[in-house]
Amino acid sequence: MDAKPLWLLAELTYKCPLQCPYCSNPLDFAGSRFKHELTTEEWSRVFREAQALGVLQLGLSGGEPLLRPDLESLVATAQQLGLYTSLITSAHRLTQDRLAALKRAGLDHVQISVQAADAELSDRIAGTRAYRDKLAAYHFAKELGFPLTVNVVLHRENLHQVEALIRLAESLGAERIELANTQFYGWAFHNRDALMPTKAQLDAAWQVVLRERARLGSRLEIVWVLPDYHEQFPKPCMGGWGRAYMTVTPAGEVWPCQAAGGITTLTFENVRDRSLEWIWHQSDAFNRFRGEAWMPEPCRSCARRTVDFGGCRCQAFLVAGDAALTDPVCSLAPHRHVIDAAVTQVERAAAARVEPTALTYRAAPASRALAAKG
Amino acid sequence: MNPAPAAAVPRLHPKARLQRDEVRGRDVLLYPEGLVTLNPTGAEILGLCDGVRSVADIVAALEQRYGASGLVQDVMSFLDGLGAKGLVIYGR
Ligand code: SF4
Ligand code: SF4
Repeated sequence: MDAKPLWLLAELTYKCPLQCPYCSNPLDFAGSRFKHELTTEEWSRVFREAQALGVLQLGLSGGEPLLRPDLESLVATAQQLGLYTSLITSAHRLTQDRLAALKRAGLDHVQISVQAADAELSDRIAGTRAYRDKLAAYHFAKELGFPLTVNVVLHRENLHQVEALIRLAESLGAERIELANTQFYGWAFHNRDALMPTKAQLDAAWQVVLRERARLGSRLEIVWVLPDYHEQFPKPCMGGWGRAYMTVTPAGEVWPCQAAGGITTLTFENVRDRSLEWIWHQSDAFNRFRGEAWMPEPCRSCARRTVDFGGCRCQAFLVAGDAALTDPVCSLAPHRHVIDAAVTQVERAAAARVEPTALTYRAAPASRALAAKG
Repeated sequence: MNPAPAAAVPRLHPKARLQRDEVRGRDVLLYPEGLVTLNPTGAEILGLCDGVRSVADIVAALEQRYGASGLVQDVMSFLDGLGAKGLVIYGR
């Protein structure tokens, strides 16, 4: 098998004015590993190499990509290469002029996050007064003719607002709303017990999604990212390890998915030392879990292995302690009991009305403190 | 969704972009978080969707180009498939 990548997620910086407690950035984002950000020249080379390798879709993300003053020039490079370019942003301090400049540079699509349907809750989850800028930015994006995605991460605190969130996206004229149930990596794993919803909350929200999909048809695409702890089988993470997708971090490490850097038993190559082509085809990190040879039982003899590829390596590492094991959310996995215990604990606490533990917000001091603890 | 009549004028939704995939030697339709692989005929049909030509015009242009006839069903089902994904819309 010699698959070529289709997707590149460029995490331009881990700096961010928001502090979402479920942030997918690494816990040690403020540490030396991510400090020396790639230059404009280096990113341009990464985009060229990615295009030559077969990439067609580019996500510009972070952290907050707007904090890169060279964002317009990076978009222009991507546009010349024919990449379909999406900006994934919190929209903090985003002005209409800046968005217009990005449009002129060739940006194709804008994804703006919102933390909840109302200002009070949204700002509380973001740890920053950010809601007003977001609403303004949604309107700028539509006025400029961008296709618009509203991005929401769902968890215990905002799942009851799914209907209001869909109505918000509808009233904005958005093309898509992405309702992404929290995936427990990075900061979200650290805050798992406080973020995890109950089964009843999830079921209620899912009913709303079904009803709203029927009502809206193709007017608004409602994407529902599964809450995998509550599923029977794992997600086909990234469409399979090293098959279609890669992430480049602010300082140039290349990962097979956004969370892979947390797998401490892998060594990741850097675009400063190697070409993207070499990293994709030759590096140990990309080859380790490609195909099926690495698979343990029960995956090795399971019919679903071509559907879900044995699930997520990062989750196996985080929960079961070994990235080469079956994803523990799989009901056939030897470590499923660890997931069940986490889910049960949340259900019990909710039934007894125990207040969840306090959230740790994503911020540089907390990042350094957690890194020091190891 | 009902199939579009032959007089309808199809065009690409602004969120979608036709792009040559040099590496794999094919054309693709790119849109937010997705892509559709096109065969040469599909790419040609979309190339004719200029917001001026109707479905009937597009069929006529293709039939003339290839000295063929009876392409109307193929063109319509191709456009309906993309219409169902919201990638092709109708109206000037
Ligand atoms: S999830 Fe929140 S804190 Fe993390 S990068 Fe996005 S906006 Fe910033
Ligand atoms: S055993 Fe492995 S391949 Fe089978 S469903 Fe579970 S994770 Fe997927």
